[in-house]
Amino acid sequence: MPKRTDIKSILIIGAGPIVIGQACEFDYSGAQACKALKEEGYRVILVNSNPATIMTDPNLADATYIEPITPAMVAKIIAKERPDVLLPTMGGQTALNTALALHDDGTLEKYGVEMIGAKKHVIEKAEDRQLFREAMDKIGLESARSAMVRTFEEAVIALETTGLPAIIRPSFTLGGEGGGIAYNREEFEQIVRNGLAISPTHTVLIEESILGWKEYEMEVVRDHADNCIIICSIENVDPMGIHTGDSITVAPALTLTDKEYQIMRDASLAVLREIGVDTGGSNVQFAVNPDDGRLIVIEMNPRVSRSSALASKATGFPIAKIAAKLAVGYTLDELDNDITGVTPASFEPTIDYVVTKIPRFTFEKFPGAQALLGTAMKSVGEAMSIGGSFAESLQKGLRSMETGLTGLNEVKIEGAPDKAAIRAKLTQPIPFRILYAAQAFRHGMTLAEIQSATKFDPWYLRQIEMLVTEEENVRTNGIPKDKQNLLRLKKLGFSDARLAELVGREEDDVRADRQALGLRPVYKRIDTCAAEFPSRTSYMYSMYEGDGFFEPENEAEITDRKKVIILGGGPNRIGQGIEFDYCCVHAAYALRETGIEAIMVNCNPETVSTDYDTSDRLYFEPLTAEDVIELCQLEQTNGELLGVIVQYGGQTPLKLSAALEKAGIPILGTSPDSIDLAEDRDRFQELINKLGLKQPANGIARSVDEAVKIAESIGYPIVIRPSYVLGGRAMEIVHTTEDLLRYMHEAVQVSGKSPVLIDSFLQDAIEIDADAVSDGENVFVAGIMQHIEEAGIHSGDSACSLPPYSLDEAMIDRLKAQTVQLAKALDVVGLMNVQFAIKDDEIYLIEVNPRASRTVPFVAKATGNPIAKIGARIMAGEKLGDFDIDPGPFKHIAVKEAVLPFNRFPGVDTLLGPEMRSTGEVMGLDTDFGRAFAKAQMAAGHTLPLKGNVFISVKNHDKPAAVQLARDAIALGFGVVATHGTAEALEKEGLDVTPVNKVQEGRPHVVDMMKNGDINLVFNTTESKQAVVDSFSIRRTALTDDIPYYTTVAGARATLRAIDNLKRGALDVRALQEYLGDKY
Amino acid sequence: MSSPTHTPPPGASAVLVLADGSVFWGRGVGARGEVVGEVCFNTSITGYQEIMTDPSYAGQMITFTFPHIGNVGTNDEDIEKATPVALGCILRQDITEPSNYRAQKHFNDWLTEHGRIGIAGVDTRRLTKRIRNEGAPNGVICHNPEGTFDIPALIAMANDWPGLEGMDLAKDNSCEAGYEWDETLWTREGGYGALGNAKHHVVAVDYGVKRNILRNLAALDCKVSVVPADTSAEDILAMNPDGVFLSNGPGDPAATGTYAVPTIQKLMDSGKPVFGICLGHQMMALALGAKTQKMDVGHRGANHPVKDTTTGVVEITSQNHGFVVDKDSLPDHVEATHFSLFDGSLAGLRVKDKPIFAVQYHPEASPGPHDSHYLFKRFVGLIEDAKSR
Repeated sequence: MPKRTDIKSILIIGAGPIVIGQACEFDYSGAQACKALKEEGYRVILVNSNPATIMTDPNLADATYIEPITPAMVAKIIAKERPDVLLPTMGGQTALNTALALHDDGTLEKYGVEMIGAKKHVIEKAEDRQLFREAMDKIGLESARSAMVRTFEEAVIALETTGLPAIIRPSFTLGGEGGGIAYNREEFEQIVRNGLAISPTHTVLIEESILGWKEYEMEVVRDHADNCIIICSIENVDPMGIHTGDSITVAPALTLTDKEYQIMRDASLAVLREIGVDTGGSNVQFAVNPDDGRLIVIEMNPRVSRSSALASKATGFPIAKIAAKLAVGYTLDELDNDITGVTPASFEPTIDYVVTKIPRFTFEKFPGAQALLGTAMKSVGEAMSIGGSFAESLQKGLRSMETGLTGLNEVKIEGAPDKAAIRAKLTQPIPFRILYAAQAFRHGMTLAEIQSATKFDPWYLRQIEMLVTEEENVRTNGIPKDKQNLLRLKKLGFSDARLAELVGREEDDVRADRQALGLRPVYKRIDTCAAEFPSRTSYMYSMYEGDGFFEPENEAEITDRKKVIILGGGPNRIGQGIEFDYCCVHAAYALRETGIEAIMVNCNPETVSTDYDTSDRLYFEPLTAEDVIELCQLEQTNGELLGVIVQYGGQTPLKLSAALEKAGIPILGTSPDSIDLAEDRDRFQELINKLGLKQPANGIARSVDEAVKIAESIGYPIVIRPSYVLGGRAMEIVHTTEDLLRYMHEAVQVSGKSPVLIDSFLQDAIEIDADAVSDGENVFVAGIMQHIEEAGIHSGDSACSLPPYSLDEAMIDRLKAQTVQLAKALDVVGLMNVQFAIKDDEIYLIEVNPRASRTVPFVAKATGNPIAKIGARIMAGEKLGDFDIDPGPFKHIAVKEAVLPFNRFPGVDTLLGPEMRSTGEVMGLDTDFGRAFAKAQMAAGHTLPLKGNVFISVKNHDKPAAVQLARDAIALGFGVVATHGTAEALEKEGLDVTPVNKVQEGRPHVVDMMKNGDINLVFNTTESKQAVVDSFSIRRTALTDDIPYYTTVAGARATLRAIDNLKRGALDVRALQEYLGDKY
Repeated sequence: MSSPTHTPPPGASAVLVLADGSVFWGRGVGARGEVVGEVCFNTSITGYQEIMTDPSYAGQMITFTFPHIGNVGTNDEDIEKATPVALGCILRQDITEPSNYRAQKHFNDWLTEHGRIGIAGVDTRRLTKRIRNEGAPNGVICHNPEGTFDIPALIAMANDWPGLEGMDLAKDNSCEAGYEWDETLWTREGGYGALGNAKHHVVAVDYGVKRNILRNLAALDCKVSVVPADTSAEDILAMNPDGVFLSNGPGDPAATGTYAVPTIQKLMDSGKPVFGICLGHQMMALALGAKTQKMDVGHRGANHPVKDTTTGVVEITSQNHGFVVDKDSLPDHVEATHFSLFDGSLAGLRVKDKPIFAVQYHPEASPGPHDSHYLFKRFVGLIEDAKSR
């Protein structure tokens, strides 16, 4: 059946800001959906609050609403746009939940909007545990055995069906309180009795434990004619009990017989049919008992997901794009398989390689959080790798992490070689347990011992054992000097760097020796069909192939075109995420527009950059010197490689520039020397002095003594950090010598040999971000952004406003002038970001980065100037004058707000600081600052109260400012509650304040008030260590109880302005295209 | 003087040579010795044991496109015939220790035990593309741990092999005497089941039948009498079947057809429901007056989309055939019912107004998706209709 003609316009809901568990995979799927539906001639209306996405580019949808994704705001968009249908399956859980809410509140019915892709009852059936279980029972699929009990006696009966260990879940307790795993009868009785007591309904669910079972996922696509296909099977190396997003996973499943695989396939299709997903992609998760193959359905998602992005990248089958087309009526056999161009989409991809996905964690950013994995996802990014064998794929994946791994590197196990100590470590669900498994082999543990502790399938462990043995051989006998034996190791995925480490040589030497043997990787194509049909798509991965005798076949088919290679950002992490991918994607688009071949290199499966559609050629490869140099040198064998873009993918490609230069590969744009100059303290200081600009007083320390001396000469407080970092890692504001000594002890561990940098901390200064694009002669300052939070809060965690909301024109002109001066002095060709601080009308330079910054997409969205594209074209040879740039001023204000992952890390303080911890951002767009800020807060998930009580507790330094805050709050009709010290200061000014106890002052205290719903807004600034400790529970409670809280005076001020605006009228919605005018 | 490519690299214990002189070095797996046949490929990721025991692979050695083969070992259940039929296997990676609760034997040991020769370490993708572009070549796998190989002799051996075209392999792969089949489909809990009270009687003509076909029929309450390929129509009809099944099998349908076609014509004239699969489909087409031809690229995989034009539904099928029925040669009273969505080739037919139909692919799967099991129901449905008349 062809597409529906009764539909004219389609509303797509995006996923909003990047958070843990919902990352840029939804930009990938959403962007695909927008493109696919627009190409069919539909009017596409999009709502997404995340400005760093490709999907919110103004030319991707017909009307792009960068507005908060709340039912109320989306309802306004519906009222305004009157879409015929709503597609809720592209924006993760956010979109599903919003769609459900709009259904339930009658909005969809009121405006006659039909849900396509997944209907309400489908979503409910899939998401409601009880309904889902009933559905599974109906089709004869097993769920974990369980029983709801009301007494201990019933529990004992239940135990007969579940057996031990058993999972005990008391009903309706917050965050699973009182639940646990009972391994013996005594524990069982204790946990059950306690659970029955604390459950408000005195009921407890007793569930069979399937921890340690094997976990699988099937990616399924179905059309409305009931054609169902499996795109990919995925097997988790980590067993049940660890969230699949935190597991190392392998595609395809490697330890199933066809009989078991087909049972799982049949079950997946049965689940889709029973749940009633008419069209689109879904995934179904299974647990399999390794002892007898018993199969249990865990859950299903009736929408595209992180795994569907992975499956799309792993197989070349674009699930989201196809799902979007199926949603408007096509059937699978009517759609083409883009990759082959000769076969239809109604087939099951088959692959002739192995894919491994490895998650990346950021526990070090959250002191206080336990680095343990469980059923709630913790990872912030992932890399995918493709190889000719599991070993090759795994080792490529490990070096894709960019955490310093070159393969199965050694890790220290406390207490080793004591077996009990190793076993204890292996039993814990820790990140990168695979490295500990390898280490256990090194310590002589047997496969059976390691298997029983980790529950990894023996197949994978045997592969690891084999790699460890090979490493041992290399250690003993050196790196093979003959081609055949070295090829054997390279086929197992050993990197030059790892081989070099094993024998204590330099990576460059190992590479030179290898290349001298004529041993190079070849590139194979991802073709969806294991070479059964020719592929017309240049989607490639490297592998070592052949017998070392004949030239192995290389499918790269290097063209004779002019080309540019764009290096992506690798796995997402805090500080380097979707914003950089946005820049890389724009570089590819821009180069393609000008007829230059755009070649993308990246290993992040969640991204738009690794969509085979984005560039002319895609290499899905680790971003290491070895992997990148090989493909660059290959690309140089035909056509003209203009150069490599290293300034768009964040720190990852920048780190490679020295190695690339050394290998004779041209680098486009700003020279690596200029980049180095900006990062090198001494050289940079020289430049600043020459330009007559100001910097906070600073120094560089290579020892603890030196640090203390410098700090004393500058004067506390100081900002201290190691050199060469992104996202402010290990950066701290230090107020005392004691703190400095503690920092030095820890930082030396963090930064190894590199020195620490010490700056005077400019208290209460206004911080500024400036983004500019330069062609080496002319500079365009694309955006001056004023931070809401004062200097000292990491710019990535700070809200900011474009244009500045409290600076005068003269100051803005001075900032622009300094930006231009810097760009010229650094010979910037491409993008540049500068951070300034303003204190007492004086501008201080904090740092300059001659590369794409995190704020580039925000600036581009806010101004309509596609600066990432312009920068890329300038790097390829064009001049600023060639572009039609809108210098503003604009009638609207854009506010960016950061989104923080504290709710994922229990026990972690939510105070902001110089260390970046946000995972994502949102943008609020309106015609005045207050409304734009209010929208940004809403989009970030904070619902600002219009009445109630404000709790104010501030450090001494902020007391004068607090008076004005309280006065404004009262004027807005709020009651003010304050701790005694603050209350006294406010009362002195004649303000009406309700004093309240601090937590340590006895009950009832402020947290009691918060928990009782008597506090609606929290302003809390702290300074001394003790105050931070004392107020910790206030911030945590605000977080868990969803009370908006601000930990800076500036943030509090902006909030009151926003509330003032909100009280004066409801927020309107407006499409980006309306703000930007006729350009789009 | 031997060509440099004829000198084995260090460590090579096996070689694959093609009739065109191509040489692929590798490590031997399974039995020692040499074997000549047609080199084809299969893109299935799972089910290597079923594939190796599929009688349709007689005369062929299989290039597995998925790199890891042997991961789950072998067992006594996942077989389509008691012993492997495919001549050999060509693998990318070495065979690993098995990991699966059902594994009983290492795949390598199983191959050795059954005298099957294989080679690992081959660039299977390159070989697959060679087959895709130039057709399935004759080839020889030679496994010799001593590492000495007479390459020119092996090339000559490949060239001397007559090829599958014109070869009747069904007779060799059929049963020697008839037998009754009562094993039903596999379940995890119970393994293979057994037929209880049969409702229908089907005679299956064995041209090299896969057991899962028989299991599917038995699972639908059919008592199945399997008879040798050269059993006469009279003898078959004398067994008074409710329906006749024409099995899959290896080789050239035209060659096997010389004796099978007249029999099939008589069976179709009897008015009994007749169902054919793969070779059975091809020979039914020949019996109906259509033509078969060798394909440039055979269909071998478990991901092939087929559209049932009678329902509009697309099914993902398991396929294994190097010959095909020319869809333009179908006589008027025969209707095309299924097409391959990969290349548009004919995948199924039926005789108008008669309970006679056939498909080119493998609805019994094993390995492969179960989407097409409905065809067995369709056949039993026709039997029930015929009986109720």
